[in-house]
Amino acid sequence: MQIEFELNGATVGTSVEARTSLADCLRDNLGKTGTHLGCEHGVCGACTVLVNGEAVRACLMLAVQANGDKVVTVEGLSSDNLSPLQASFRKHHALQCGFCTPGFITTAHALLTAEPDADEERIRDVLSGNLCRCTGYVPIIEAVLDARKFYAVQKEKA
Amino acid sequence: MSVRNSYIGQPIERTEDLRFLRGRGIYVADVNRPGQLYAVILRSSVAHGNIRSVDISRAMQLPGVRHVLVGADLGNAVPRIPLRLQPLPQLEPFHQPVLADGKVRYVGEPIAVVLADTPGIAEDALDLIDLDIETLPAITSREQAEAMPAVLFEDHGSNAAITWKAFKGDADAAFASADYTRRETFKIQRHAAMFMEPRGFVAEWNADAGKLTVWGAAKTAWYNRRVLATALGLDVDAVDLIEVDVGGGFGSRGEFYPEDYLIPAAAKFAGRPVKWTEDRREHMMTANHARDIECDVEIALSKDGRFLALRGQAWADIGAYIRTNGSVGPRNVAQYMSGPYTFEHIDLKTTMLTTNKTPSGTYRGPGRYETDFIRERMIDLAAKDLRIDRVELRRRNLVADAQMPYPLASITPYDSSTELDSGDYHAVFDLCMKEFDWAEKSKLSGRLIDGYYHGLAVGSFIEGGAAGPSEDARLVLEIDGALTVYLGSSSVGQGLETIMAQITADATELPFEKITVRHGSTSDVKNGYGAYHSRSTVMGGSAILLAAEKLKDSVRAAAALRFGCAVGDVTIDGEQVAHGGKTLPLAGLSDIPLEVEATFFNKKYTWAYGTQAAHIAVDPGTGHVKVIDYLSVEDVGRIINPSTLHGQAIGSIVQGLGGAFLEHLVYDENGQLLTGSFADYLMPTALDFPNIRSITLELKPCPNNPLGVKGAGEGGLIPVGGIMANAIADALSHLNVQPMELPLSPARIWQMAEDGAIQAVA
Ligand code: FES
Ligand code: FES
Repeated sequence: MQIEFELNGATVGTSVEARTSLADCLRDNLGKTGTHLGCEHGVCGACTVLVNGEAVRACLMLAVQANGDKVVTVEGLSSDNLSPLQASFRKHHALQCGFCTPGFITTAHALLTAEPDADEERIRDVLSGNLCRCTGYVPIIEAVLDARKFYAVQKEKA
Repeated sequence: MSVRNSYIGQPIERTEDLRFLRGRGIYVADVNRPGQLYAVILRSSVAHGNIRSVDISRAMQLPGVRHVLVGADLGNAVPRIPLRLQPLPQLEPFHQPVLADGKVRYVGEPIAVVLADTPGIAEDALDLIDLDIETLPAITSREQAEAMPAVLFEDHGSNAAITWKAFKGDADAAFASADYTRRETFKIQRHAAMFMEPRGFVAEWNADAGKLTVWGAAKTAWYNRRVLATALGLDVDAVDLIEVDVGGGFGSRGEFYPEDYLIPAAAKFAGRPVKWTEDRREHMMTANHARDIECDVEIALSKDGRFLALRGQAWADIGAYIRTNGSVGPRNVAQYMSGPYTFEHIDLKTTMLTTNKTPSGTYRGPGRYETDFIRERMIDLAAKDLRIDRVELRRRNLVADAQMPYPLASITPYDSSTELDSGDYHAVFDLCMKEFDWAEKSKLSGRLIDGYYHGLAVGSFIEGGAAGPSEDARLVLEIDGALTVYLGSSSVGQGLETIMAQITADATELPFEKITVRHGSTSDVKNGYGAYHSRSTVMGGSAILLAAEKLKDSVRAAAALRFGCAVGDVTIDGEQVAHGGKTLPLAGLSDIPLEVEATFFNKKYTWAYGTQAAHIAVDPGTGHVKVIDYLSVEDVGRIINPSTLHGQAIGSIVQGLGGAFLEHLVYDENGQLLTGSFADYLMPTALDFPNIRSITLELKPCPNNPLGVKGAGEGGLIPVGGIMANAIADALSHLNVQPMELPLSPARIWQMAEDGAIQAVA
């Protein structure tokens, strides 16, 4: 099936089988390998991407369902420099192997865009949908808390 | 001499992060080769049975299916996977064949490999393979494995593979004359490393060059290359294993699994590149499981609270085969039970039993997590019986600085004697008590506040590191003055590139930014042993120090030519060389890259050590436990990067909490794995354990390597199970709850509290 959607700001078209997941389509058809697959059953969150601004598990969504949508992957959140959220992850050492990291970045980005004032409890609650085996989460939470200020400024501007 | 660089000890932000944070890491699933086929593996769905037939004819007719490899395609003999560690001849009957050898022994055992144009087609083809297996009864418990003769391997005569014996002094005599003894039985559940990136390989055979390249290596690439080359009948030099970014290892990834042979062999067979990535269920059925021991152990003390002796027997359920490092955990249970405490008399055994479950191997702190649970429980029980304060009892028995080096128990049948190298165990213990504010918090012991019973516990641990025999480093000073470091150490996501660049920058006095670290291609250095036993920093880092000295000699020699002076008259000052008032930059100093290689040899382990304390609260109505405060204090001798070390410590503790409360690989009586997804194999999430603290110290540098570092990264997890069990016992002491089994699931805690309440009434 031929589908078309907006990916990281540019329109892309590709042909997929009906059973192809959005994650496989992004990775295999469109080369966006920042979207990782840790479980393919919706629990680990490594595959999280933004679909029309919402954090979505790309392993649980079919590629054909994204037809006409706006999709943003971790590659779309920064260009040459790290985004403030990414820099905060680096500063707080909120990653080790880095495999879960794109999913945490996309999830936290969606949360802070909507709720720049999210408190620690809210952040923990939302991020509890993503698994990290390396960090024990403590530094991830610190990094997200620290990045809130940048999103608050953004929201003010908007 | 002035010190130009002091990157060591600084919390340098990691170079790796620049790619990981933007989705630019290259993990093995991101590697693709032109014309590649996709492999999917047919696995046994029964735990025990004889294969009557495998009919692939229908599968072969599916368009897009290229090959289905069964045992016969592998030649006359199906290769068996040798043991990497403790390769004892008596364990050979239990080695795993890369495809089932006529019999299946666990759910998930490989039977055939399908190669197709897409992964979807390959998976469809699995359903079209007609497999006929005569089911046999499965062995799923210690009792069955002990009672039934030779069910898994008929020729062997028993399901017991081997017994490890740890000994020191005369335990029986010590028990005979001891004032106090206590004997208890413990169980630790089967759980696993469960790293986030599934395993995978891409293999390519270049027939013209006679060369095989495999992407997706991790941990022990050089060893695996030797095994693979031998099994395929190739020269070692004809095989290159390449490590790309790796999504966590924790002891489990990178061992030689059946797929390490099957995927390269399939690529050679098909003459096309082959790619395989496991799915999560497959991972749970096939990657090494761990822990899973029962132990019957006895402790002896004098009435004034001196530890005298330990004796007992453990049974390790190692699953259907003995895998590459499968002896490590069971051996460690026997050898390291004494931990950081003085025990002059030890007589402990671990028997490895085969059962119809997934084979096991190491997982972070192998054998140590188990022993610490057992030992720290025994200490609290003894303290209660002898009416000695549990903090005081530990203080009385920690190995003292003056006793170093302190020998641990010896072990047979594969000797690996070791001694605690250095440390001020008392100072670390006292610091932990102080930072934790034990004196104040312990007033809460057993108190009921807002429906929760509060409990505390403390425990100490040792963490072995730096397994030998050696590690290589090759330094190449490029013509433009940039420095490339090639290492035999490998990465499992712990920040190796940054740490090694810090060490190199200090050793060579070159700027951090000028240094690139490359690791994990078996063509880069002659030999490498990899990332296990907390050894990468100690071994690889020490090799860099040696190589840096050689590099300076080469630089001086090159400069002497340019200056026309004696080699000894050249001085090196960062990126410049100087002689008699003249200077030259390193860039352009030589027309060819200056290249040196060095090997660091090591026979002695390092022993990091520490103390942890916890404050918890238990809801007796639900069995739920809140961790209110958790503190770890560890001395690692010397810290290269406090940030990465701290990260490892915290991550490790949370993994330990997962093992203590949540994680459990559950089998039914037919040997079916009931926990096949993340929905039923529970791991800690961001909500579960927010209050974790860690302090790392540089108290006693390791005397056995030039860096003075002790391998660290596993330590955090080691005492967690014991500490949690003791804290629960403390919280529910009025009900005399005494946990002897992990995991401490809410159901189990609730049941113990119920039973305790009933007893209290009766
Ligand atoms: S891969 Fe999608 S949630 Fe795990
Ligand atoms: S950083 Fe490794 S899984 Fe999160």
